[in-house]
Amino acid sequence: MTSITDATLPITPRAMRDEMIVFVIMAALLAIVPWTGLYPFFVMQALCFALLACAFNLLIGYGGLLSFGHAMFLGTAGYCSAHALKVWGLPPELGILVGVAGSFVLSVVAGYISIRRQGIYFAMITLALSQLLYFIYLQVPFTHGEDGIQGIPQGRMFGILDLSKPTVLYYVVLVGFLGGFLLIFRTINSPFGEVLKSIRENEQRAISLGYKTDQYKLLAFILSGTLAGLAGALKVFVAQNASLTDVEVAMSGQIVLMTLVGGLGTVFGPVVGAFVIVGMEQYLAGFGQWVKVIQGGIFVACVLTFRRGVIGELAHLFKRSL
Amino acid sequence: MQALYAQLLVGLINGSFYALLSLGLAVIFGMLNIINFAHGALYMMGAFCAYFLLNLGGIGYWWALLLAPIIVGIFGMVLERTMLQWLAGLDHLYGLLLTFGLALIIQGVFQNFFGSSGLPYAIPDQLRGGMNLGFMYLPVYRGWVVIFSLVVCLATWFLIERTRLGAYLRAATENPTLVRAFGINVPRMITLTYGLGVGLAALAGVLSAPINQVRPLMGENMIIVVFAVVVIGGMGSIMGSIITGFALGVIEGLTKYFYPEASNTVVFVLMVLVLLVKPTGLTGRAA
Repeated sequence: MTSITDATLPITPRAMRDEMIVFVIMAALLAIVPWTGLYPFFVMQALCFALLACAFNLLIGYGGLLSFGHAMFLGTAGYCSAHALKVWGLPPELGILVGVAGSFVLSVVAGYISIRRQGIYFAMITLALSQLLYFIYLQVPFTHGEDGIQGIPQGRMFGILDLSKPTVLYYVVLVGFLGGFLLIFRTINSPFGEVLKSIRENEQRAISLGYKTDQYKLLAFILSGTLAGLAGALKVFVAQNASLTDVEVAMSGQIVLMTLVGGLGTVFGPVVGAFVIVGMEQYLAGFGQWVKVIQGGIFVACVLTFRRGVIGELAHLFKRSL
Repeated sequence: MQALYAQLLVGLINGSFYALLSLGLAVIFGMLNIINFAHGALYMMGAFCAYFLLNLGGIGYWWALLLAPIIVGIFGMVLERTMLQWLAGLDHLYGLLLTFGLALIIQGVFQNFFGSSGLPYAIPDQLRGGMNLGFMYLPVYRGWVVIFSLVVCLATWFLIERTRLGAYLRAATENPTLVRAFGINVPRMITLTYGLGVGLAALAGVLSAPINQVRPLMGENMIIVVFAVVVIGGMGSIMGSIITGFALGVIEGLTKYFYPEASNTVVFVLMVLVLLVKPTGLTGRAA
């Protein structure tokens, strides 16, 4: 069985330095966005999805676990944050915390259930769990069913940062994204990340070496789910609503698509993929259901001809880890 | 009591569809090592095929029951020849991603032309009306769906477990290289197997057309429930898929009667419980 990641790339100390350089360039580029005239709402949305895709990529790229239900963390954190902000009237920083806590609890439960199976079954289980949650959110009163939670106040973060100003909000989202990204980056380069990769390559051998692989997988799942929740909580401030579309299977599919386009198991691929897919959606918004057809076409094309994704192909070309 | 029996019947009908679909998934997974995410979309295509046959060609239900699975099956075989076969030897997850993309394309195209509302498909004359069984009123068509599905499921089981062709199939699942060495055309068998699985899905689509109407998204939620059925039953055994499919349909029907709020979620909750107690699924083999 061929692994989903590019095994031909050398793993050297230089790789990490390269990646740090690219990270600094990326952070600098993102920091000057408010002066470029780019529509900040678009970039903020893309950043939220980029963090979400990076969190998803931590599981598939480094743990070999394809979650087809990552939207459940996005939606859960969104609902929790929105409820805390609007109904409890909490300040933004606490609202984010409530959202992240919600997705943390969910990831512990969902992880405990789903890591019992691997591969294809893991994907089906996470999909079923997210559908279960979809129906629950459809029925419980606090999510307001089909309407969702609308008109969420943005408020002042720490009492000083006025989030209703686009530029301020942009930097808050950027800090959230970069923080989450660095945490994932640190994780995959840590001893924990190495063990995770060994589980991906050969779980039986990792077990025989004495690693309790279930604990590693659960921890990776929790980290991934919680960071996906951070993305969901940030997205609440950008979109100012929390609705069922964030919990739908279609959303989970989009997360997979972003990561696939950018490159499964690459460090920067999910970010590129998120910008491509969010940008495409913006651009094709008027085409109705054809967007779905195009996305399906991208899935097919990627799997058949472009399995490494944009960043994966670049990395392969330059023989560098990116 | 009437309402309970009615829900039980609805449960049995849904169970028939679960059984036909999960059976097809299991057959396909056995040969191709692919979880066919497009199964729900192909089920929908079966229903649309019957609708087109009737409204464009004037071909009625009985011929549709035969023709729609063949037409959609051929479509499936084209997909297998042009795309799925290139995934052999790659990680199983790629098959899931590719077929997910195919499902998006198929459903998106149908949605563009037919929106999201349902198109009516009339019950054939011979199966109209109902019977009074003493304890309940049984609409003939619904009874027909349950019995016919059961017959098809058992026939598929017989084909795979008891015939020579089935023996080749099972052998090729275990060791394709060896079976090829005996002069059996395994790639063609794989294509035909995919066609068979897809045909079963299309058949379920035709059967469901008069009951649930013909809708572009009729397979979208269905496939996720069927995935849960497959996780519960395990894909190791054909008979296991059939029994789990029917059983879960009945349980869902009972839930609709006793606690309707949970009828959407009961299959998923059961999946969680099974995973906690017996992670490999009810019929056993680890993946």
